[in-house]
Amino acid sequence: MDLTLSARDTAFREEVRDFLRAELPTRISEKVRLGRQLVKDDYLEWHALLRGRGWLAGNWPRAHGGAEWSAVERHLFDLEATAANAPRILPFGLVMLGPVLMKFGSDAQKTHYLPRILNDDDWWCQGYSEPGAGSDLASLRTSAVRDGDHYIVNGQKTWTTLGHYANRMFALVRTDPQAPKKQAGISFLLIDMESPGIEVRPIRLVDGTAEVNEVFLRDVRVPVENLVGRENDGWSIAKYLLTHERTGIAGVGFARAGLAALKRIAAQEREGGKPLARNALFAARIARVEIALMAMETTNLRVVAAAAAGQAPGPESSMLKVKGTQIRQEITDLIRRATGPYALPFQADALAPAGNTAPIGPDHAPAAAPQYFNNRKLSIYGGSNEIQRGIISKTMLGL
Amino acid sequence: MDFTLSETRAMLADSLRGTLTRGADWAALAELGVPAALFTEAEGGYGGEGFDIALVFEELGRAGAVTPLLDTCILAGGLLAECGADVQVAAILSGESQGAFAHWEPGSRYSPEPMQTAARETDGGWRLTGHKAVVVNAPASDLILCSARLPDERTGLFLVASASSGVELRETPLMGGGDAAEIILDDTPAQLLTSDAASMIEARLARACLAQCAEALGLMQAIRDLTLDYLRTRNQFGQPIGRFQALQHRMADMLIEIEQVRSAVINLAGHLAADRQTREHHVSAAKVLTGEVARLVSEESIQMHGGIGLTEEYALGRHAIRLSLCDHRFGDVDYHLARFSALSHQENQS
Repeated sequence: MDLTLSARDTAFREEVRDFLRAELPTRISEKVRLGRQLVKDDYLEWHALLRGRGWLAGNWPRAHGGAEWSAVERHLFDLEATAANAPRILPFGLVMLGPVLMKFGSDAQKTHYLPRILNDDDWWCQGYSEPGAGSDLASLRTSAVRDGDHYIVNGQKTWTTLGHYANRMFALVRTDPQAPKKQAGISFLLIDMESPGIEVRPIRLVDGTAEVNEVFLRDVRVPVENLVGRENDGWSIAKYLLTHERTGIAGVGFARAGLAALKRIAAQEREGGKPLARNALFAARIARVEIALMAMETTNLRVVAAAAAGQAPGPESSMLKVKGTQIRQEITDLIRRATGPYALPFQADALAPAGNTAPIGPDHAPAAAPQYFNNRKLSIYGGSNEIQRGIISKTMLGL
Repeated sequence: MDFTLSETRAMLADSLRGTLTRGADWAALAELGVPAALFTEAEGGYGGEGFDIALVFEELGRAGAVTPLLDTCILAGGLLAECGADVQVAAILSGESQGAFAHWEPGSRYSPEPMQTAARETDGGWRLTGHKAVVVNAPASDLILCSARLPDERTGLFLVASASSGVELRETPLMGGGDAAEIILDDTPAQLLTSDAASMIEARLARACLAQCAEALGLMQAIRDLTLDYLRTRNQFGQPIGRFQALQHRMADMLIEIEQVRSAVINLAGHLAADRQTREHHVSAAKVLTGEVARLVSEESIQMHGGIGLTEEYALGRHAIRLSLCDHRFGDVDYHLARFSALSHQENQS
């Protein structure tokens, strides 16, 4: 047992800090700090800076152009980048599809797609959820019917995050509607979003954003070589993909950055001439969530360390999902409360990518309530927290 | 970073677990060398680090064992060792002596400030007058350590022989097992060990909190296992009650929270030797989480069991009582939440 960072890890952290100080443009970090919406070019600019340093694919092996960071290095990078208000690295190609292609893809798929992910030549989106297949994902109905060298795809995907920017989608489709188990008739398919028959419609959310979309597929022709792995083996690929999401699932970096913002805001907001941070009740609320976070960080590192030591990635990621999202939701709730009456105005322009109206109230006010509502998604997506509890009781508890 | 147990510690855990399943009293634990695991080599032991304490007490908790180890070794023994009282420490290591720490006072709950018990110097040495509250393990102790206010307002640490004149013990069994006593000191002769004990006591209590949280973690696991067995075997409505989602999800939440406590215990164990601010932050963090989760685990497990959970014949009730009442020693959830905030505030000021 040893909780201290090695000299190598400490040096790495310094390297990351130096890089962020020198390279992360203030224009972008200010947007993140103020909770303004980011646009495609913001993400691409940040990716390009990381690519220049060889850090875009921290989780990939060197053989594929990644940085091959250890679990601790990934954790440290995550903490430093979020603390510096860097945008998130988009996970669709780098974290989700990349590892799937490395494990299940054909040589041709690897050679073609992996460098394109690394270069941001493609913007991938995830085609999983459907209107009738949310928590019960395996009941999905989007069909892919073989027609010579092509699959003909028909159906509808939904909640497609940033799908309006994407030129490619990895999707789960039903290739065998007669399979005895619904999980057994699903395949993993790569779809060109510029194909005829695809229509993307934004879903407007109550916080004023439209980051998610509906994707309609009508007689979309997808070449057979775009099948990943074997036909009808898509469910095991989907499960493998989920295990690769796990290191980030706790959202420790976001939580740490959120807590730091909460403390700044509580020190800045005043009540009866004193900072809100000195209100014993509010201070106790902050203390409680910080204490939960301190423990969750260590739980996260324990899971990551066990996985790095070769132990099978297990349902622990479900525990991290539940606890991590509870903590992040609690923090955004406290930021909303700390903002007081200034959380009431809906200042859409102050959050819009090109907005330039000076906000009413303190600069943290415009995003306080919208981000609170936006973060309700955390316990809904990626397998709702109820699904996670089901996984825990089945696999860890044997109930 | 490394979250694996060293080979020595894994062996200690194994042998301790084996001994505890056979039921072990103080003499048996001393013979096995368990007290020595809680002292450093310089003090005559072979452990004494945070992870040694965590490991021993987690096993004790898992077995639901009621032992004098915390009061004798971590509190009294540790203070004696720091004051260089080698003879008494050797007596503890051999199992000959037991100890207790008389520190808290009536009317001051978890912080004995300002301390009412006063020390007065006479020709023949020091004498103490005051009242110490719920001194755990005092009835069985021949070594009672006692804090008292010195004439110059500093906190002194004294050794009181329990057989000495002018000391009255009102003994009581404890709800969670073991014994304690109210101690009334009336011009009681005592031996001064150190006249500047405040920071020594704080650091010692950090270890006591670690021991207690680790024991609670062990108890939580014992309770989890009992409850899981029950959910798998108790049939109602024609099926094991563990098939009901309402109970499955509550059990999953319990598991998540128990892992949080494990992490808090690891954090505290790993920061016992850190600077004061860092160490004490982890003390209060561990106490808050342990106290909150202790309540969740004991209440939920009893509820999921139903009435059987409160019977004397079944182990759950005893475990749950022991677990719940850990919040009443060394500061409860509210005390440590306020303390955690105050420490954070000091940090911002400095």
